[in-house]
Amino acid sequence: MKSIIVALALLFSVTAGAAQQSLYQQFGGKQGIADITEEMLFQVGGDERIAHHFEDVDIVRLHRLLTEQICQVVGGPCEYTGDTMKASHRNLGISTGDFNVLVEHLIRAMEKFDIPTSAQNQLLAKLAAMHNDVVEE
Amino acid sequence: MVSKSLKLVAAVILSCTSATVAANDGTRLLATGGATSIEGSAGGGIVPWATLSSYAGESQVGATAALSEVSVDDFRLSVAAASVNFYNRLEVSYAKQTFDLSTIGGELKQNIVGVKARLYGDLVYGDWPQLSAGIQHKTNQTFALPNAVGAKDDSGTDYYISAAKAWLDGFGHRTWVANLTVRNTKANQLGLLGFGGDQQDRRWQLEGSVAAFINRYWAVGVEYRQKPSNLSFAREDDWKDLFVGYFPNRSLAIVAAYTDLGSIAGLDNQHGWYLSLQASF
Repeated sequence: MKSIIVALALLFSVTAGAAQQSLYQQFGGKQGIADITEEMLFQVGGDERIAHHFEDVDIVRLHRLLTEQICQVVGGPCEYTGDTMKASHRNLGISTGDFNVLVEHLIRAMEKFDIPTSAQNQLLAKLAAMHNDVVEE
Repeated sequence: MVSKSLKLVAAVILSCTSATVAANDGTRLLATGGATSIEGSAGGGIVPWATLSSYAGESQVGATAALSEVSVDDFRLSVAAASVNFYNRLEVSYAKQTFDLSTIGGELKQNIVGVKARLYGDLVYGDWPQLSAGIQHKTNQTFALPNAVGAKDDSGTDYYISAAKAWLDGFGHRTWVANLTVRNTKANQLGLLGFGGDQQDRRWQLEGSVAAFINRYWAVGVEYRQKPSNLSFAREDDWKDLFVGYFPNRSLAIVAAYTDLGSIAGLDNQHGWYLSLQASF
């Protein structure tokens, strides 16, 4: 039992080192975030489960807004200039399943750029709090 | 028996590979389908959770197949189970348990039909936990021995309510999951030793699980399950385990655990290993 506690303590302390850097820095700054959102949108475009939600969307604008938003959420020097989550998703009929698929692609994109799990979780928790404004049950 | 299990495991792994596409279409996040508990319901190892099986989202139907083995000092439990999840609203499950009395000799068998309904909420989103209610109807196939040691019935139904919640950014910036289940039961050792007895009959029991995800694919956790003690012939203890879960993709879940099952049928200190393999479709 003691060795298990020690092992657990070690696993958690591995990530404590990463906390020396700010969350924004762990995401590679604005360029890192722009790369992640680009990768995410690229994957979304190829996913027939949710691609239809993006058919009439200006992807370049969406990429800029998402990058701003994530940058702001992780404490970077950016200001999100888009509409509120509620206003921008009104009547789009987005389900919890659609939301999950997008989250899945974001996670994959973060993994591709080797973002530490602890940093991923901090962003995901903040985005998950927007679920109720995005999804129409 | 062993070679039969191995063949089944091989079949599960094979069917897993061919079902990758179907499971990958599931619109729930990795690991939120959990594992298959020893009674066939989606959950941890020994506790049914509020989460429903597979990765089926609100407009999908999903399924799972699982094999589990619990090997302690004097006993061995083998479980083959399957489930279907309709629209992440209703889970129907079936499990066949074989309990090998390695030291005493002989075996006990029972079948379990389970139904679980998601009543409220979502494991991941919102401030409140996901809430589900379920039943497990158990039919003992080998009632002669349970009857001889004082069990009253050869079948019984458990009723339970479960609440489960995930914290994406929990302690240590890890994702944590907790589940609490309240069960009303008259089963002796899951029902393998029949139902009801000379000591008491129906009772409420508390069961809980806590797990931390080290990363997206690996979780470690503990489970605790209160047990009744209806038969004066042998004391029944609470169960606990310490587990590691591995979710390499949406098709496969592997859970290994160290378990402490206490006293079973008069033989004390039953410790050992638990291994479960689940395929999702």
